Amino acid sequence: MIRLEKRPQPSRLWTVVTPLIAVVLTMVVGGIMFALLGKPPLEAIRTIFWDPLFHPQFAGYSRPQLLVKAGPLILIAIGLSIGFKAGIWNIGAEGQYIMGAVTGAAVGLAFYPSESVLLFPLMVVAGALGGWAWAMIPAVLKTRFGTNEILVSLMLVYVAENILASASASWLRSPEGMGFPGSRNFKQWPAVHNDELIANTGLHWGVVAALIAVIAAYVLMARHIQGYNIRLTGEAPRAARFSGVSPARIVFLCLGISGALAGAAGLFEVTGPAGQITIDFNSGYGFTAIIVAFLGRLNPVGILLAGLLMALTYIGGELAQLMLGLPGASIQLFQGMLLFFLLATDVFTNYRIRFAKGELA
Amino acid sequence: MDPVLLVASIMVSATPILLAAIGEMVVEKAGVLNLGVEGMMITGAVVGFAAAVSTGSPVIGFAAAALASAVLSLSFGFLTQVLLSNQVATGLGLTLVGLGLSALVGASFEGVRAPGLGKLWIPGLAEIPVIGPMVFRHDFMVYVSLALVAGVWAFLKYTRAGLILRAVGEDHESAHALGYKVVRVRLAAIFFGGACAGLGGAYVSLVRVPQWTEGMTAGAGWIALAIVVFASWRPLGVLIGAYLFGGVTVLQLNLQAAGAKVPVELLSMSPYVITILVLVVISARGVHGAPGSLGRSFHAST
Repeated sequence: MIRLEKRPQPSRLWTVVTPLIAVVLTMVVGGIMFALLGKPPLEAIRTIFWDPLFHPQFAGYSRPQLLVKAGPLILIAIGLSIGFKAGIWNIGAEGQYIMGAVTGAAVGLAFYPSESVLLFPLMVVAGALGGWAWAMIPAVLKTRFGTNEILVSLMLVYVAENILASASASWLRSPEGMGFPGSRNFKQWPAVHNDELIANTGLHWGVVAALIAVIAAYVLMARHIQGYNIRLTGEAPRAARFSGVSPARIVFLCLGISGALAGAAGLFEVTGPAGQITIDFNSGYGFTAIIVAFLGRLNPVGILLAGLLMALTYIGGELAQLMLGLPGASIQLFQGMLLFFLLATDVFTNYRIRFAKGELA
Repeated sequence: MDPVLLVASIMVSATPILLAAIGEMVVEKAGVLNLGVEGMMITGAVVGFAAAVSTGSPVIGFAAAALASAVLSLSFGFLTQVLLSNQVATGLGLTLVGLGLSALVGASFEGVRAPGLGKLWIPGLAEIPVIGPMVFRHDFMVYVSLALVAGVWAFLKYTRAGLILRAVGEDHESAHALGYKVVRVRLAAIFFGGACAGLGGAYVSLVRVPQWTEGMTAGAGWIALAIVVFASWRPLGVLIGAYLFGGVTVLQLNLQAAGAKVPVELLSMSPYVITILVLVVISARGVHGAPGSLGRSFHAST
């Protein structure tokens, strides 16, 4: 009988190895899945993981997309990971992302057609504040009434989606849009257009912000007392309370950071790659970022790599859709499987496998 | 709006959430928090729809949906109970897998119509004026869902197995010390919860809509989770919660159809806002009744 024995400390080696095993397992099972769908498995895997970067014809277009897609994923996932470390489960980042975009866009459009250089920074701040405020709802309800933050933050995603629908259909609708839903196009407004900083790299301000967030999160979690308090709250809540850490403050801090980062990500997206507020400008980044956070082991550097990998599956998925006629949903399943395999192999990080006599409890 | 029709449509609209919520309540009573209800529901919706369309029998559709979701839920069970993974993360993963899987399977079923589910007139009772058309002229799944609530209530309250399940959920260490098989009890509960969520999902795609569209459960699974909290983990509370929520949904849809002077978006978001408000009221009262070991992994050290 196989028995699990808890390790005194999580294995460092396995922490690094398990994501790689999970990726390989996902490729294998994904390949089988593609074969069942009647697609050549090896070609499909190559199209998803290799061609976006190295295909002679498509790479020119898809390589910059890597940063475009990874930027928001990393930015949101960094915020989420801080909360997850403390055992605070904000799974409504999608809602905060939408609200950040709507708030920031609304502030910007109020000044249309100003050409001030201060406008874009103002919009970023407004976007972050919008996301922050949206995340404060579950934070206040949790600290004040003990309401479950998982359910509240998630319900608020549906509320935010309806606010977005109303914004794009009525109060942020472009007056020059001839009655079609959707706001003014920020790409045609140079003062606030979040354009590529270096041509053909996909590097826009959101990617810069994501990189800063990675460094800041690393410093916070590894060097700062609040980072220590956050980790302590997650690993030993009672010990944290005895040492004077206020649980409410940690809730506000974690939800606030993740909300603000998700909101800023939304603003960068709507002024850059998306270009305008439309009913479906949000592409589910808030949910995929949860996978990114876990795949990156809640570690800033890990999240950076995981975000790039997940961005690759997005672009590769689109390419596979185009070239092999693979259904768009298969990539979603692919990403879900990745999280599943990661959680499954995680057992090796925290436990040692022992072959011994015994009975399953 | 005809009040008779209103009550009848509330019952139909509440049934999927009721099915999913009563299953999840049993899972949570066993001490497991499965956040994958949405994923299991949407899987049930697509499998039930596909099976019903291929065989022409809605009953086979429901059976297939229950089985498929229950089997899917066992992947969650294996990860959380045997490999001891984090229940919150694994449940989220289950939802993501379910959404992707269902979209993949369902792509070829878009635009197809499901075979209709006959109404079951309860002999005698269906003839009662007013009450008859309100309550006793539904399809069989409405009665199945009500019977499940009664069955779960009796099981938890009066049977030895129900007592063991509650013991495992309240304090898994003690239950283990008494010789109960914690992991097995939990796996069985997860399996049951998955089957119920599958039935609920199939009810959405076969009766409520009745069509298959991607992501059609639209958060019903999450609302089922909220209703379990609302119910303070009591079967009767689950019934009340699901019917209240069904009522809100039907009312806002009727207001939209009647062309009320309220923005459509405000009406569509109202069920979610009301769910939040109810959660706040429940948690502010301070009576939680959550099982003691809810969401904690169990690992027998000896």
